[in-house]
Amino acid sequence: MNLHVKSEAAATLSRRSLLKAGAGFVLATYVARNGIAYAQDAAAAKSVNIAPNTFLVIGQDDTVTVLCKHIEFGQGPFTGMATLVAEELDADWAQMRADHAPSNPVLYKNLAFGVQGTGGSSAIANSYEQMRKVGAAARAMLVAAAADEWKVPAEEITVEKGIIRHTSSGKQSGFGALAAKAMQQPVPANPPLKDPSAFRLIGKDGAVTRLDSVAKSNGSAEYTLDIKDPGTLTVLVARSPRFGGKVASFDAAAAKAVPGVIDVREVPNGVAVYAEGFWPAKTARDLLKISWDDSKAEMRGTAQLLEEFRARAKKQGALVKQEGDVDAEIAKGGRLIETEFVFPYLAHAPMEPINAFLHWKGDTASARYGSQFPTPDHAVIAQVLGLDIAKVDLKTILAGGSFGRRAQQSTHVALELAQVAKAIGPGRPVKLVWTREDDMRGGYYRPFSLHRMRGVVRDGKIVAWSDTIVGQSIMKGSAFEAMTMKNGLDSTAYEGSNEIPYQVPNFRCDLHQVDVGVPVLWWRSVGHTHTGYAVEAFVDQLLEAAGQDPVEGRLAMMADKPRHAGVLKAVAKLADWKGAKVEAGRARGVAVVESFNTFVAQVVELSMGAEGPVVHKVWCAVDCGVAVNPDIIRAQMEGGIGFALGHILYAQQPLDEGRPVAGNFDSYRSLRINEMPEVEVVIVPSTEKPSGVGEPGVPPLGPAVANAMAKLGLPRPTQLPIRPGDSA
Amino acid sequence: MAAFTLKINGREHQVDVDPGTPLLWAIRDNVGLTGTKYGCGVAQCGACTVYLDGQTVRSCSLPVSAVGKSEVTTIEGLTGKEAVAVQKAWVAHDVPQCGYCQSGQVMSAAALLGLNPKPTDQDIDLAMNGNICRCATYVRIRAAIHSAAKTLEG
Repeated sequence: MNLHVKSEAAATLSRRSLLKAGAGFVLATYVARNGIAYAQDAAAAKSVNIAPNTFLVIGQDDTVTVLCKHIEFGQGPFTGMATLVAEELDADWAQMRADHAPSNPVLYKNLAFGVQGTGGSSAIANSYEQMRKVGAAARAMLVAAAADEWKVPAEEITVEKGIIRHTSSGKQSGFGALAAKAMQQPVPANPPLKDPSAFRLIGKDGAVTRLDSVAKSNGSAEYTLDIKDPGTLTVLVARSPRFGGKVASFDAAAAKAVPGVIDVREVPNGVAVYAEGFWPAKTARDLLKISWDDSKAEMRGTAQLLEEFRARAKKQGALVKQEGDVDAEIAKGGRLIETEFVFPYLAHAPMEPINAFLHWKGDTASARYGSQFPTPDHAVIAQVLGLDIAKVDLKTILAGGSFGRRAQQSTHVALELAQVAKAIGPGRPVKLVWTREDDMRGGYYRPFSLHRMRGVVRDGKIVAWSDTIVGQSIMKGSAFEAMTMKNGLDSTAYEGSNEIPYQVPNFRCDLHQVDVGVPVLWWRSVGHTHTGYAVEAFVDQLLEAAGQDPVEGRLAMMADKPRHAGVLKAVAKLADWKGAKVEAGRARGVAVVESFNTFVAQVVELSMGAEGPVVHKVWCAVDCGVAVNPDIIRAQMEGGIGFALGHILYAQQPLDEGRPVAGNFDSYRSLRINEMPEVEVVIVPSTEKPSGVGEPGVPPLGPAVANAMAKLGLPRPTQLPIRPGDSA
Repeated sequence: MAAFTLKINGREHQVDVDPGTPLLWAIRDNVGLTGTKYGCGVAQCGACTVYLDGQTVRSCSLPVSAVGKSEVTTIEGLTGKEAVAVQKAWVAHDVPQCGYCQSGQVMSAAALLGLNPKPTDQDIDLAMNGNICRCATYVRIRAAIHSAAKTLEG
């Protein structure tokens, strides 16, 4: 998949930077940063930027800082990139550091997207070879420098745990002392990489620990909300309670009278309050009197949407995939099973609500925040401020979670940030802050979706399968449209439903792609959040009708899906699967979902409490190709399971006449520690190319819970969340 | 606006704020200590957890005017053997993912061990269920608290 953003500004930036980057290699790395090359900054900091100098800074103190082109918000790319570099560099883990690379779509493009951005669980997949080559090239150049310095043959030099050594002469050195000289060496075009049998970090349990754990355990890690550059104003924006609403008129007299408030300005999105600190800004915003023009706003509530979606699902939608003849098979008779699954709008609700920082100085500007798609964000900031993109720099910093929320193909946060800066004028740094309620009610949700499933079981076999999906497109009209739109249909609405891992002779998947004025976005595992549930709960229901065991029945239909079957067998072994019933009052459910080329199977054991299912334990098997950081893989499975469980139990964002109802964690309930099941993870050994783990732990959990509930004689939940009464 | 003297991490700080200003924002915006986080503003998530005379409180929902002469401890001023044990265990287990809630988690965990040096799973549930982690690092939080308790034994 090679994807390109349709953005003129991004293309311009790309061409301009290419010219710069093409001027030479060593120290020619150009990164927009107040118009100063990053390498010069590095030199000023007494560090030497070594080839490929784009990704590595070797300090005189022997530290090796990897510049990570993917945002770190918990999924572990800082540690992952550093592992890949350190492996080939033969560095000692203790000398490794990581920082975010600045915005530059040429040097730091995601090889899967064509622009700089993090998403689709792609970080390790697209960097596996690239970052190893960075490490290998740097190692070769350090060795060449040592050979030159010591006047010994390069072949006699070894590198081990950060020490460059020539045994017979007794000479040795750390990296820092030789870094300057190493930079003068030619950059090897294609440095040889280690054979996996020689790995001492990649895939080795306990060989590395997360680079960000210390700072994240003592409060020193800096997030966007923590930025306190002198003179920074906190900006809160009053936005329309309905999507598409506009300011008709407003009265800011009372708001302006709040001590600490500097100004109130109308911006395209609403009314912006500028204050010295959050509390005066929040107090003043609450005092604004705004009347909204809802003439173009989305006025439908979720109850009305559900009715409309249901009506559409009765007819076949646009064909996504078809094999055999489903209708003819249904006409032949057998047991026809029909189920409808309804999935609510979901907010991402990362712990750190949306925010962003920008200092517009007039002829230059600097932005810092957790930008997940720096390339389009960078372009839109420059555009709004009327600056050449070379005069604007954007640095991604740590973000308190995302789950998809910060990957803005619409650039709405960058746009609002630049607009609030523009409205007050140059010279005042602004920190745009969304409250938790702003974040919850601000849209960009997992799309509200409905699946109408029909299947035929005859002679103990599933002979027909039909899935009619009604849902909203995430990508339509965005700069990334070309990524996923095929024949006008958005694959993120059906991914997982069109390619099921089971051999069913008569198969159909069709889609009603509907327009709703609610902004939607990818949410941790995107389409698989609902297709995984629909497919895995339904296949379980059909297998039950066919009188088959959930594990054996699945395996029997997976002859040509070895990796699906592999994780399913692995999880069955881990859980010592002997059927769905385990003991009185408890039952087990299973599900297997592939997402982003990673295969995950989970077994859930639960009982029914007074208020709903209580999940006691989850067994999880994952095949993500070569496992780079086993402990991070386990952590992502554990976290994905907890994230998924909280949402299928409690979460929904209902709309009341177009207004999002849930505003905070009291009405959008999150999983808490007392509800977290025990989790056991097995990583299936693989030599396939590495794939991601940030998202794939999520999809199987929901259907595994539903399938376990069914084994206790309860219906599989058809409308999520399972406990809506606990939500708004 | 009114002047308040806040004793935070053993030092006195003068702040001139509206009396209704939550302690959280006085700590962050006026005193400049940013380890204590904003997550919800309504005492639901625990990211803003600090100690008031040694007891955990949600600083987002405590007005500055209610602090009085009480001593405030934030993550930056967290000391003592329980705190050391918890922070070491947090690193040993690589608990944090995004990390944003972890100041609050560490504050709650250290307070728990101060009161109960050998907590059971149920004790941990009771003490920690006011702290939301959207990354759901709960499995490791639990394991790290047990590890910290073990190191305190020895």
